[in-house]
Amino acid sequence: MAIEIKPLEQFTIERLVPLHPFGIDASFTNAALMMTIAAAAVCLLVIAGARAKALVPGRWQSIAEIGYEFIADMVETNAGHGGMAYFPFVFTLFMFILLGNLLGLVPYSFTFTSHIIVTFALAAVVFVGVTIIGFARHGLHFLSLFAPHGVPVALLVLLIPIELLSYFIRPFTLSIRLFANMLAGHTMLAIFAGFAASVPLFGILPLGVDVLLYFLELLVAVLQAYVFAILTCLYLRDALHLH
Amino acid sequence: MPPGDARDPLRDLERRLAAAGRDDARKTPARGADNGTTGSLLAFAWRIGLELVVAVAVAMALGWAFDRWLGTRPWGMIVMFFLGVAAGMVNVWRTVAGMGMAVGYRQGGTGERRDGED
Repeated sequence: MAIEIKPLEQFTIERLVPLHPFGIDASFTNAALMMTIAAAAVCLLVIAGARAKALVPGRWQSIAEIGYEFIADMVETNAGHGGMAYFPFVFTLFMFILLGNLLGLVPYSFTFTSHIIVTFALAAVVFVGVTIIGFARHGLHFLSLFAPHGVPVALLVLLIPIELLSYFIRPFTLSIRLFANMLAGHTMLAIFAGFAASVPLFGILPLGVDVLLYFLELLVAVLQAYVFAILTCLYLRDALHLH
Repeated sequence: MPPGDARDPLRDLERRLAAAGRDDARKTPARGADNGTTGSLLAFAWRIGLELVVAVAVAMALGWAFDRWLGTRPWGMIVMFFLGVAAGMVNVWRTVAGMGMAVGYRQGGTGERRDGED
């Protein structure tokens, strides 16, 4: 009766097309495949949605327009004046993560946002980009971000390291939040599915839990994409306006 | 459609949309609002915990790296531990105060930050 439950098996990276140029393992993996699908799905959604140009939008146009307006509104209210220049970036980021999260919920697919290297790469792009924007806009004056206004010099000795640290922690919290949410959610789904499969009669109970968890995961998938995007907006605001 | 009526479909649509909006407003408010706050409060609590833990973990990793580099074991790690706790608390305080994950204490110029609603 012992069915082996392997809740972590779903996160295994598999090399679909082995590629080793110059001795570097650059194989096309299942993660890469899902990323390609997610990116293609975003393009398809937006292009197909924009093609109709109907005054009264159909289904696809509605989805594309809701996404567009949602992010445009978010960038406008959170990134402050001049933030709209970075709207394409935030929109791309949001849609990519959202599609990654949602496609990962399709049974037998793969969730690339449950790998810290993927989320950390995304967060690092945001972090490095925002820092470059800050220095490009304000030059060395950008460093005043780390020295709070009107604080005695004696306290600055203590405060500047703390501020620096909390600045450098940003990519870590940004990436770990998304990665941990996806990893924990999918592991939980797999564990309860395993219970449902291994208990003969009362398996219906864990199965019911799994269904409820699935809806929770849908919420988490959208929420985490939103959080990632809104925090990107807030970081942009810091770089643009120095408070 | 008679030529004079070119704008009528739009006006008709507007009227129907307004009616639908009124219907929606009557039906939805209580349930939707409640669900939203419960879900986001839980996410908010998670976020605060993460903020504190990650700050300490990253700071201590940095301290360990400094020690390896400069050979000052264990002082780098000890100092960075306390700095990490402080930075974590500052971040938590800022998140809770609704000021976002900002660095620095100065208030934003235009309007309030809308953060902490994840």
